[in-house]
Amino acid sequence: MFELIGISPQALFGQLLLGLINGAFYALLSLGLAVIFGMLNIVNFAHGALYMMGAFCAWFLLNYAGIGYWPALILAPIVIGIFGVIIERTMLNRLANLDHLYGLLLTFGVALIVQGIFQNYFGSSGLPYAIPDLLKGGQNLGFMYLPNYRAWVIVFSLAVCLATWFLIEKTKLGAYLRAATENPTLVRAFGINVPLMITLTYGFGVALAALAGVLAAPINQVRPLMGADFIIVVFAVVVIGGMGSIMGSIVTGFTLGLIEGLTKVFYPEASNTVVFVIMAIVLLIKPAGLFGRTA
Amino acid sequence: MATAAIATVSAKDAPRHEMTAFAVMTVLLVVAPMVVYPFFLMQALCFALFACAFNLLLGYVGLLSFGHAMFLGSAGYFSAHIAKVWGWPPELAILAAALGAGVIGVVVGQLAIKRQGIYFAMITLALSQMIYFFCLQAPFTHGEDGIQAVPQGKMFGFIDLSNQMVLYFTVLVIFLAAFLLIHRIINSPFGEILKSIRENEPRAISLGYKADKYKLAAFVMSATLVGLAGAVKAIVAQNASLTDVHWSMSGEVVLMTLVGGMGTIFGPVVGAFVIIAMQNYLAQFGQWVTVIQGVIFVICVLAFRRGIVGEIAHYKRWSL
Repeated sequence: MFELIGISPQALFGQLLLGLINGAFYALLSLGLAVIFGMLNIVNFAHGALYMMGAFCAWFLLNYAGIGYWPALILAPIVIGIFGVIIERTMLNRLANLDHLYGLLLTFGVALIVQGIFQNYFGSSGLPYAIPDLLKGGQNLGFMYLPNYRAWVIVFSLAVCLATWFLIEKTKLGAYLRAATENPTLVRAFGINVPLMITLTYGFGVALAALAGVLAAPINQVRPLMGADFIIVVFAVVVIGGMGSIMGSIVTGFTLGLIEGLTKVFYPEASNTVVFVIMAIVLLIKPAGLFGRTA
Repeated sequence: MATAAIATVSAKDAPRHEMTAFAVMTVLLVVAPMVVYPFFLMQALCFALFACAFNLLLGYVGLLSFGHAMFLGSAGYFSAHIAKVWGWPPELAILAAALGAGVIGVVVGQLAIKRQGIYFAMITLALSQMIYFFCLQAPFTHGEDGIQAVPQGKMFGFIDLSNQMVLYFTVLVIFLAAFLLIHRIINSPFGEILKSIRENEPRAISLGYKADKYKLAAFVMSATLVGLAGAVKAIVAQNASLTDVHWSMSGEVVLMTLVGGMGTIFGPVVGAFVIIAMQNYLAQFGQWVTVIQGVIFVICVLAFRRGIVGEIAHYKRWSL
């Protein structure tokens, strides 16, 4: 069969695997964007910069404190999450009563500052980050070679996505969160500290981006602009999925990663633009997005 | 994104303030090349037109496009290619390129106006990234090299654009004409409907206006005028490159408009001159320019939302 279409199974499955990994990052990032959007009604343009900071945080921990991959997987999201909380407390909460576009402009400014500072000190070239010893090597599945680390990224990010879905859709805390999204004033009247919830939600969304950054560090090199172009694709993913549903973000993220991988095999010239083309088609057919509610 | 800075000005005074400001601006721009390097002024004028056309959409329809670089950059490629490879005279190259940007505007606008607010911003950003990748791969743009050594030629056969002063005054005339056109659009019945859509879209629809058609028309006008800026810029700089299609250029025009004052007629011009001057003077500091731009963004959003011209208009109660 593979000979018929002139593509080796190695190449096909290899690209599918790469696609799934990109899809895992799309899912983690668009999930964070959706969570933040739900509570704060802003699009976090700094998301790509925070993803990059997560990767750099892991790199700093390894090179300056000797702290390896596994602790960094916990520590980096916490550190960057606290950074996000500071941004929310000092800046974003002043914009609560203004047009939502101001939140977008502010976070875009934050992204420029963060990326500019990192570019000053690290240039544009990549820093290597080694795969942890435990996950070196790979499995030969017969039809393809599966590196352990890549399998780990897919399984772990899927688990994080599903845990987030469970937290928001099935727990009491999640119920408060969803209620505060619908009607913050009413939820406050019940004695729940909504401003604190907003702050922590932003921190959580940012932590998800940082986690994606740590996961990406050993695969993609750690670069100051690693998130800048990536986040634009994630925005397209968000438009395709619609930000109304948590599960929608996860499914859309992984699916689009796969489609992008397939495009790399069959029509590589379009692999950069396929997500944008799909976005245009979805806008024509279902403007609210595949899982979105009509605005 | 309504800025009510000019709400208190009486309708009688508004034209007088605007005419005085326009006269001052024209005199300054006529005298300027004797003091300031003309090439810098021409660059700034192109960016000023870019920002004014962008402001037509943000300030008067309330639509924040984060992808306007696609019109600036692609029109730059069009005019450079037409002037260099096809050998058309500059006036036709510029005109064709602006119309080309308008055609892209029709396609992109139809998709983008299906969503509002932040989705509109994300869709325009994503589509402009698609155009960026297209420009990176298409053979006629020459990828990373761009189109270089674009001939300036003779406009209408007798205006020699290779003379720097002649080129400057040609660019100035184009800028002033486009500026007056934008002013006319904003103050026409059509412009009033755009403003009503900005203030309350459902209400405008219930009054019988087809909001989507008006939004698309404004989007296409904005795209065409941005295309004019990009086409002239390519002739002035004699090259077209990927810088002008990149998303950071879309961010820069937002910054110019924000600094100058969105929803004001003169704001984007002031903002463009401030930002371009800053980039020139700070060029030796490398990436710190990006950091400074980010800081200005944050300060403007937190404490200075009216912008320079907006603040002046507010305190002096002028209409600018």
